[in-house]
Amino acid sequence: MDKKVNQFNMIIVGTGGQGQITLLQILAEAAFLEGKEIKTSELHGLSQRGGSVEVHIRFGKEIYSPLISQEKADLILGLEMQEALRAYSFASPKTTFLVNKEIVPIPLVKNLTGEEVLKNLKKISKNVILVPAADICQKELGNRVVAGIYLISLASFKNLIPLKPTSILKAIKKIIPEKYLELNLKTFDLAKIKSSQS
Amino acid sequence: MEILLNKPGQKIILLGNEAIVRGALEAGVQFVSTYPGTPASEIGDTFFRIAKKVGVYFEYSTNEKVALEAGIGASFSGLKTLVAMKDFGLNVCLDALGPFVYTGSRGPTVIVVADDPSCYSSAQWEESTRGLALVVRIPTLEPSDPQECKDFTKLAFQISEKFKIPVMIRTTTRVAHQRAPVKLSNIQHPRAKKVNFLLPPSLSLGRLIKGEFVKDPKRFVTLPPRVLEMKSELLAKIEKIQQFSEKSEINKATIGQEQFLTNSKIGIITAGVPYLYVMEALKELNLSLPVLKLGFFYPLPEKKIQNFIKNLKKVLVVEELEPHLEKEIGRLAKDANCKLEVAGKKLIPEVGELKPEIVTSAIATFTNTKYKIQNTRYKIQAPKRFPQLCPGCPYWLVFSAIKKAVDTKEVVFGGDIGCYMLFGTPAMNIQDYLSCMGSSIGIAHGIKKATKQKLITFIGDSTFFHAGIPALINTVFNKSNPLIIILNNQTTAMTGLQPHPGAPAGYPQSGCDGIKIEEMVRACGVKNLKILDQINQKEFIEAVKEFLNKKEVSVIIARRPCIWIKK
Repeated sequence: MDKKVNQFNMIIVGTGGQGQITLLQILAEAAFLEGKEIKTSELHGLSQRGGSVEVHIRFGKEIYSPLISQEKADLILGLEMQEALRAYSFASPKTTFLVNKEIVPIPLVKNLTGEEVLKNLKKISKNVILVPAADICQKELGNRVVAGIYLISLASFKNLIPLKPTSILKAIKKIIPEKYLELNLKTFDLAKIKSSQS
Repeated sequence: MEILLNKPGQKIILLGNEAIVRGALEAGVQFVSTYPGTPASEIGDTFFRIAKKVGVYFEYSTNEKVALEAGIGASFSGLKTLVAMKDFGLNVCLDALGPFVYTGSRGPTVIVVADDPSCYSSAQWEESTRGLALVVRIPTLEPSDPQECKDFTKLAFQISEKFKIPVMIRTTTRVAHQRAPVKLSNIQHPRAKKVNFLLPPSLSLGRLIKGEFVKDPKRFVTLPPRVLEMKSELLAKIEKIQQFSEKSEINKATIGQEQFLTNSKIGIITAGVPYLYVMEALKELNLSLPVLKLGFFYPLPEKKIQNFIKNLKKVLVVEELEPHLEKEIGRLAKDANCKLEVAGKKLIPEVGELKPEIVTSAIATFTNTKYKIQNTRYKIQAPKRFPQLCPGCPYWLVFSAIKKAVDTKEVVFGGDIGCYMLFGTPAMNIQDYLSCMGSSIGIAHGIKKATKQKLITFIGDSTFFHAGIPALINTVFNKSNPLIIILNNQTTAMTGLQPHPGAPAGYPQSGCDGIKIEEMVRACGVKNLKILDQINQKEFIEAVKEFLNKKEVSVIIARRPCIWIKK
């Protein structure tokens, strides 16, 4: 969190269907539980159909705009590597990239490789953390879609997001429908274990 | 359902659209109609979920015009009414809106319209419905965040009640799809006769309140010469509402958080979500300038604006899309301060939505303050990721059959509004024109009349019901022979699976037994008709080939449900 202005700006990017809006809701609720001001922005409709989806979450004090200005992101959470790179205009050398090590291929064009994405991200910021979140979740829990929950939980345990893990946990319980709650709680626990290992 | 929480003073996080719903509930709304469209859809979808529980009548109408007409009927019968739509919906219902502003409302009526600057979920065109608000002279409020979405909706009902006129709430994508904590007030029960009579919303009442249509032709019949009297009455009404606007606290001059008391020679006037970018920019640039935030778009508080600008040397108008405010302020400056420099679109783009850095950069230029974005120097490109049809979508099967049935270079392909717009993405590339709802058929008729080319149009079922039927009748009436493929996935998929008149009985969101498209097509006089499941590719390919050579219009109904429908 930028100490001077006392606010935290986070962008979550990925492809449509990776759960960005759910993650946004969880983080907003968690920040709300901690008594912070909040503004978020998201897109619905056609823009969600498998294309690039980018959501903005801002919390702290004196938050007006729901959109983050260019270069002002504290954390960019990439659920897909090429999408993480696409969000570069929001980054500065101070930005942390937390990226799921996964490439979802774009049909009919030349895709970037993981190495190419990483090289480009490092041009902007040295703080690039690559986590094979989808693979870990697939291996441990048999589900890739919870990679986002894994990453926000991990970010909280590793202090990459200035929100307490207990707040994230409470928000998960509030936002996630009953049917999927157990899986998501297991994901949170998995992130807790993994964060203490590394 | 947290949105029904009846704890005044408590805050909950709401989406802008949900906050509008909450505002309507707190105002005691009784009748709600809509046609789904991003970025307005969640207003209808939220009411759909809660309507029965709170005793509000709700319907997804066949199109926006019908939705508004239903709302007009409810208002004429004395019910508190809300109608919601996306920007293009207002074009569709403009025919009904004009006279409604003349007759005025009986039950207080609020029309919510959501614009989509940058066209994130809007093919067609980048529309600002502010222009239409001016054309019909409907009082219009512009909230900038969820709290204002709630508060302005309540205020709009009050204005409508006081002046007997429908009131419009105009949002944009970044307002409608913005989340923030919203402070709650009491929900007013729809059956409450007296204001502030409360019932816990958890109480399911089942029975809806009924209004009464009281005959009053002088009021509800816009027949000449009465219609011109009505126009005079409207103008008089607007004058009174303007006085209300002058006093309203939603038009507010501030400097930082303080009241506007300054000798600054530079000021900013703004409204809607750009206000939030202005405040962000002033913080970023460490500037302290007077800002006039306008909650009313129409009628404008002219005296308040003149008072704000009278001692300024220059003013920057920060607004999205067309420069309506800038023009009005230029006009008002002629009387109040003829030397005033009014800047707006020379610093603020007219195309695309505004963003905080665009506004910051404009204010920096305007005030000679240093501001530079650094990272434009990185030469970074990621390949573009287009949206695409969901894996397993039945439209893939239509696409593959078309590719096999015809030489796609030789055939003109008409597109329409729905998920199948994605036929136009580079990977599929079978869409040669795309315009507004239902237009695929209307334009197809014109092309068939004007050329000798072969033509196939695609239209979804909800779009067909919305605006495709008159165009289909026209192909029969005026004899043209396009091949029309009606994509019958039995839902309104793109906007979030809302029901439409053709949704079969038994579907969880079906409103009736399901109007059969084939019966309607036959009744229109179409002889060449096949109802096929595109999973039978061979049959589908043969039908396309056969119908493309017919002398009269042909219709294939491609019937296979959307994969997301849960029976």
